[in-house]
Amino acid sequence: MTNEQLIDHLSKAYPDAVAKQGNQYPEINVPKELLHAFMLNLKSDPNLAFDYLFCQSGVDYPTFIQVVYHLESTKHKHYLVVKANTEDRVTTVLDTVSDIWPTAEFHEDEIFDLLGIKFNNHPHLRRLFLDDTWGFPLRKDFHDDIHVVER
Amino acid sequence: MAEIIEKFISTTDQIKTDEYLVNMGPQHPSTHGVLRLLVKLEGEIVHNVEPHVGYIHSGIEKMTESLTYPQIPHLTDRMDYLSAHMNNEAVCLCVENALQVEVPERVKYIRTIFDELQRLASHQLWWCASGMDLGALTAFFYGLRDREDILDIFEETCGARLTLNYTVPGGVMFDIHPNFQRKVKAFITKFKKILPEYDKLLTGNIIFQNRTKGVGVLSKEDAIAFGVTGPTGRASGFSCDVRKHHPYSAYPLVKFEEKLGTDGDSFMRWKLRMDEMWESLHIIEQLIDNIPEGDYALKMKGVIKLPEGEFYQRVETARGELGVYIVSDGKKNPYRVKFRSPGFSNLFTINHIAKNWKIADLVAIMATFDLVIPDIDR
Repeated sequence: MTNEQLIDHLSKAYPDAVAKQGNQYPEINVPKELLHAFMLNLKSDPNLAFDYLFCQSGVDYPTFIQVVYHLESTKHKHYLVVKANTEDRVTTVLDTVSDIWPTAEFHEDEIFDLLGIKFNNHPHLRRLFLDDTWGFPLRKDFHDDIHVVER
Repeated sequence: MAEIIEKFISTTDQIKTDEYLVNMGPQHPSTHGVLRLLVKLEGEIVHNVEPHVGYIHSGIEKMTESLTYPQIPHLTDRMDYLSAHMNNEAVCLCVENALQVEVPERVKYIRTIFDELQRLASHQLWWCASGMDLGALTAFFYGLRDREDILDIFEETCGARLTLNYTVPGGVMFDIHPNFQRKVKAFITKFKKILPEYDKLLTGNIIFQNRTKGVGVLSKEDAIAFGVTGPTGRASGFSCDVRKHHPYSAYPLVKFEEKLGTDGDSFMRWKLRMDEMWESLHIIEQLIDNIPEGDYALKMKGVIKLPEGEFYQRVETARGELGVYIVSDGKKNPYRVKFRSPGFSNLFTINHIAKNWKIADLVAIMATFDLVIPDIDR
């Protein structure tokens, strides 16, 4: 599918999701309640067949926290960026996609470690790099009195 | 007596040992750095491998948020120090694409030649170190001896041997040394004679073949699902060469073959990297005589500010696909930078493929995965 067809197809199938063309890849913003079903469809639909999750990352914006999934179909050679937002900064929870793409298992561990996003149904959510005494360093309100010297 | 022995043999199926946990690392020599594998064993058989990382986590992603764009590349060559130039280039390409500037042709050629020289140096170190992991110490000296030639070429042009810092947004830091072309050509001639020696020394060795053939098989579907890229993924038949699918710098201008394996075992991963060295030599040969005249860098603004938005750049390092994801809010610092490092995704398949192999095979699998730990920890 071309990018336009992809955006067209997805916005018809998911009227709640917001799809648009980004700088490089088509982007779609999915409500977090729909996330798991939406991702499962991306993988299993033979016309979409997004089988390769090449990047998963989290971004802390001023009003919400976002998880970004970069997807590629090795069969059809098309790309898609999926974004899921969550406003709650205290109990930040999203559904896991590690049952769909096994590589997400450890990317989600990393996101939990650095951004404090918990993932439902994740087999072993644990802090990957840091120990439990740390906060979540990639959050913008993170403050470290010991290691950071403010001038 | 014979009866007793026969009775004993018939009951050995029921003899079970308890499972126990062994810490492999963080100082184990075959983990090439500070990686800890928590291995669950029954006798010699591996039942579960749990990688514990983070011993040299340096928070590069967090640090980049307070640095300017010309400063960021200097941190990235500390990630995968054997692919330092490719890491620098990834950030520079991302910044250039975001600003929509086109670097001079000369820069593209120089960067690509450096890429391939760096890939050769990295594969040489991988070859000798994984030979050592499998008990062939001689290989270590041969590999390091030949790698020295490439490092000397680097040193002459940019003053550094490992962390090059040669690429800057908009070009390269200085022009190539007058001796550069002559020395690279001399190296190619020399290395073409040496590379068959590598094969003679190890690839044909029967002990080596027995330890790697059929060991640690990764299927193509699993390689895609786990996001395994680079020579490791291509050995399983996953066509993932970024140089071919998303060409950057001078790669659209050169002819080269994307080598693909079928077996996905340790020997295939080994053979694929050996084949890739030939391809790298082939790419350098096409470029080295045709470096166009011109500027070695664009004149960039003193303060580089990216437009608001998100930018993603994929680059093929010696280990696989490196992704740089920059979120910019229009200031001189990035809002968020994410490095999708190849080693990170590659490492975490290890539990999947090392199950039910012997602990010595785990070393063979790790050796052919070519792990660099700072690349995983960042």
